[in-house]
Parts: sequence; C-alpha cells; structure tokens
Amino acid sequence: MPTPQTPRSASQRPLSPHLQIWKWSMNMALSIFHRASGIALSVGTLMLVWMLVAAAGGSESYQGFHGFAVSWFGQLCLFGWTGALFFHMCSGVRHLIMDTGRMITIPAAEKAGMVIFIVSIALTIGTWGCLKFFY
Amino acid sequence: MAQKWEATPFKGDMARARGLGSTHAGVHHWMHQKLTALANIPLVLWAVWSVMSLAAVGADYASVQGFFAQPTHAILMLLFLASVFYHMALGLQVVIEDYVHCEKTKPFFLMGMKLGCAALFVAAAYSVLKLSMAVVVVPAIVVAQP
Repeated sequence: MPTPQTPRSASQRPLSPHLQIWKWSMNMALSIFHRASGIALSVGTLMLVWMLVAAAGGSESYQGFHGFAVSWFGQLCLFGWTGALFFHMCSGVRHLIMDTGRMITIPAAEKAGMVIFIVSIALTIGTWGCLKFFY
Repeated sequence: MAQKWEATPFKGDMARARGLGSTHAGVHHWMHQKLTALANIPLVLWAVWSVMSLAAVGADYASVQGFFAQPTHAILMLLFLASVFYHMALGLQVVIEDYVHCEKTKPFFLMGMKLGCAALFVAAAYSVLKLSMAVVVVPAIVVAQP
C-alpha cells in the first residue's frame, strides 16, 4: 500500500553555501558591489531630496543643508555618493552589454571588472579634481 | 518559511506549484529597468556635475535659485528624478524579494518601499517646480528723497 508522500518542509531542503564559503572572484565582487552601490545610492537620494526641499523652502532653510554639505562628513557622503554612482553606472553598462549575449564568459568578466573599477575610480577622482579646480 | 500547504499531504505536485510561480510580470520589470538604465546614463552624468557644482562646493542660495530658474535645468532635473526614482524602486523591489523570506511581511515591505519612493519623488519634483517658477523678489533700493 503506497504511503502518502509528505513534502519536505523548506527548512529541510539543502542550502547552497553562502557568501563566506566562496573564494572571492571578479564575478562575485562585481555582482555584490553592484547591489551594494545601488542600495547606497538609494540612501544617497535622501541627501538630494533634502537639498531640493531645503532650497525650495527659502534662503534660511537652505543654510541647514549648506552647512552639512560643506562639513567634512557631508563632503564624505557626497564623495561616497559620486563613487557609488560611477561604479553603478559602469557596472550597469556591463549588464546592458551582457543582456545582448556578449561578454558573458569568465575571462570577459575578469577584464570588464578591471576596466569598471579603474574607470569608476578615475571618474570619481576626476570629478572631484575638476570641482576643486574650477570652483 | 514553512507554507500552510506543506503540512497537508493530500495535494499533488501541480496543486502545490500553482499560484506560486511567475506572474508573467518579469519581462515588464526587466524591460523598464533597462530602459531607465539607458535614460539614466546621460541624465546622471548631467545631474552629478550640476548637483556637485552646487552642493559640494558650497554654492550660495542665489546661485541655486539661478540654476533652477533656467527652464532647461528644471526640465532635465525633473527627467532625472523620474528616471532615477523609478529605476530605484525597481532595483529595491528585487533586493526585497531576494532577502525578505517572510511571505506575510514581504508585501508590506514592497508597498512601503514603493510609497516611499513615490513620496521622495513628489517632494523633490515639487521643490524643483517651486524653485523654477518662483518669482525672485529683489529688495527695493531705498532712494533718499531730496
């Protein structure tokens, strides 16, 4: 007589090894940093909204934002925001290319990763260099 | 998390799978994420320079007003905000779907995130419109009567 098959509950299913088990590879780093920079940028939009709302509120309310933006912590936030932005953009371009079926091999990811890290760091430093030079 | 139906041995595999799979919304989500990603490239490059040349260098209030008084700047900023906040909501949706495993609270995280994105967008867009359409009041010069 066949016994009714009892389904395995979610907790009994085998789990794939988590992040800390794997040796870091370029694929993994790009994927994780893409998501982390996306989340950081989402938090960073709060500062942009703060700037716009404060500016719309008039000269006095803008002073509050202005004071934060020129403080060392504000500058650090802005620097981090531009860095995350350029990384997310470069990495996003790679995703757009991969969507067309190109550059999906591991050697291509290794090369693309180096380009992404170098270009995004260069864009960040270049932007801040220009800002400090022209203003 | 264990589902209610997992405790009942009377359902077949098909009955268990039904209703839990794709809702055929994946392509729509993917396509919109890619479209906003493409739109973001030029908009973000413009916005990052504009915002940084105001915020990061500590520009005074008059130059912020002057910047948004230009219709081109206000329009580009509104396009940037629309594209970025929509892209952000799509991205955060995937993050929540990946990490929130409680089926009861997940919809509330998703709804809260989307409402939050909408609120931030409206606040930012309203501020840009207000700045761009504001009538700048120049203090009257007091001329001494002879």
